[in-house]
Amino acid sequence: MLLWQTSQTINFAQGEFVMVPAFFVLAAMKFGGLSFAAAMVLALVLSLAVLGVLFKRLVVDPVLPHGVLPLVISTIALALLMKESVKEFYAADAQPFPAAWATTNLELGGAVVSVQNLVIIGAALVAVAALQYFLNGTRTGRQMQATAQNPTLARVLGIPVGRMVLYTFLINAALCALASFLVSPIYLAKFTNGETLGLVAFVAAIVGGFNQVRGAIAGGLLLGVLDNFVAAYWSAQYRAAIPLFLLIAVILWRPQGLFGRAEERTV
Amino acid sequence: MRKCMQLMAGAALAFAAALGQAQQTVNMPIVIELSGAGAVSGTNFRDGAVLAIEEINAKGGILGRKINAPQSDTQSNPGTSRAQVQKAIDGDPYVILGPVFSGSVKVNMILCQQAEVPQITGAEAADIKQVGNPYIFRTSFGQQMSMPKIANYIRDGLKAKSVALLWVNNDFGKGGRDTFIKEMAARSIKVVSDISTESGQVDFAADVVKLKGANAEAIFVYTNEEESARFLREARKQGITQPLIGETTLLGQKVIDMAGPAANGARGHVGLTADAPLPAVAAWKEKFVKRFGYVPDHNGIKGYTGVYAVKYATQKLGKFDRKALAKTLHGLTIRPEDEPGILMETTWDANGDVDRISFLAEVVEGKQKIVQTLPKLGNKLDK
Repeated sequence: MLLWQTSQTINFAQGEFVMVPAFFVLAAMKFGGLSFAAAMVLALVLSLAVLGVLFKRLVVDPVLPHGVLPLVISTIALALLMKESVKEFYAADAQPFPAAWATTNLELGGAVVSVQNLVIIGAALVAVAALQYFLNGTRTGRQMQATAQNPTLARVLGIPVGRMVLYTFLINAALCALASFLVSPIYLAKFTNGETLGLVAFVAAIVGGFNQVRGAIAGGLLLGVLDNFVAAYWSAQYRAAIPLFLLIAVILWRPQGLFGRAEERTV
Repeated sequence: MRKCMQLMAGAALAFAAALGQAQQTVNMPIVIELSGAGAVSGTNFRDGAVLAIEEINAKGGILGRKINAPQSDTQSNPGTSRAQVQKAIDGDPYVILGPVFSGSVKVNMILCQQAEVPQITGAEAADIKQVGNPYIFRTSFGQQMSMPKIANYIRDGLKAKSVALLWVNNDFGKGGRDTFIKEMAARSIKVVSDISTESGQVDFAADVVKLKGANAEAIFVYTNEEESARFLREARKQGITQPLIGETTLLGQKVIDMAGPAANGARGHVGLTADAPLPAVAAWKEKFVKRFGYVPDHNGIKGYTGVYAVKYATQKLGKFDRKALAKTLHGLTIRPEDEPGILMETTWDANGDVDRISFLAEVVEGKQKIVQTLPKLGNKLDK
């Protein structure tokens, strides 16, 4: 969504972008002998370089001038390449991924709450708040927004549009790495993880509103709660269908998403 | 003209040489899950088989012929497995090793039957041996053999009167679920919750909520390895306190490695285990770790002993004859003193089902600990 807003990039390899940093960590620990903390730092740097800079330079920049559809197809191909590369060069089976936090539980008012879940919710909230502050409260963030709204005018006003777009790709890569570090201890690191994550993230963004950060967050929350309620109190077999039903309903009755803004274009 | 004749003669010589080379080997393709949901099981089975093949080839092969074992990946997909088995059959195999996933075996075993090629599988679904295919042979217990042992443990060991069941919705899980429910009914143990999950499922939060709400005295988990590990992590995260009972797919070392401390306390019945308190199995495990760099699970033993069973039966026959091999394996008992590679005494009954000793195990501090050895059934199940 961030990429779409600033560079009209639809990335169908987003799920794989979340899958890969976990393997950067595991590879750094296994082959480089690094500690978990050092491996995470290295994985973050690699993610910024590969999923941020290289992705923009090698895939987006050459393909985007030919339209959005070629880029969509390119990112689908990229997703396959990333998946098969991890399978071929690391492992086809799921790998345990260490948790950077305690895996104990807390008793809160008679309910058992996992520290792991609290850390994930906390980290997600901090990341969103920091992103919002950066986009709205800093000069660079406002320049990025201006680039997203009208790149031509932004260029006329002296904003370095190319650099702003690159920042967006770097932020996207950093968020993917963070998501990977948070989710892999639960899902285990596996080359197919991107399939599930990518689909859910894409549906959440459309349901919430593709042009609003808060919309995507609300969409993700709605999907997660709905998925678990359906599985727990109705039917586990139909849980995978729920996001798709929701997607169809939103596209039919509110195409801009639950919290999105309707956009008009002159054709 | 003369040049043409020379070329033809050269080609004929090369063909004869290739033919001679082919006659020096025996073809035993491994068709197995190397990716997808069954990758853990398939990789272990493959590596076990490769270890046995390397040992046998190093000693001159079977009846003087070395084993050639090309590998192909079913991707844990029944349709792909069928295509791969057909491809393997086109290569004129002596036997086919694999797959492990019951759903795959169900759709490809008919091809082996039609081609009269013995198939050595790691699949455990009860109904595989109920269709009268004389060319399919297990390397571990079928569910009809293992579930009564688990049921007895729940009744006598845990003294539980109610149990919740979580199973994976594939052929392996469905077969196990049906057999388990039958065995529970036979022992008057109430199944208070019956939860199906999906193959490859990553999020078990809702399923664990349902299990907690069921208030059963024990929880029986029958999913494949990766799902088992994810389930164990979620169960511990939500603070489940009831005993978690399972089969080899819950208590295998790979599951323990993936689940981490969450696996501690899980217990149940294991038909095969690399931690069996037997010197032969311990020595095998050491060899496996040295060769492949990881601790094997029961599927490694399946692949290893499957190859040695073929070797023993073939040497007994004294020739390479697929039909005769299938006949010989039915009703065959192999003892470690006759064939050390079999690791423990194993009998194939008239259906191609396996009988051997088995174990009750518990995960303690990240290791599978065997707490009791159960004798061979001898085809009589203790109800």
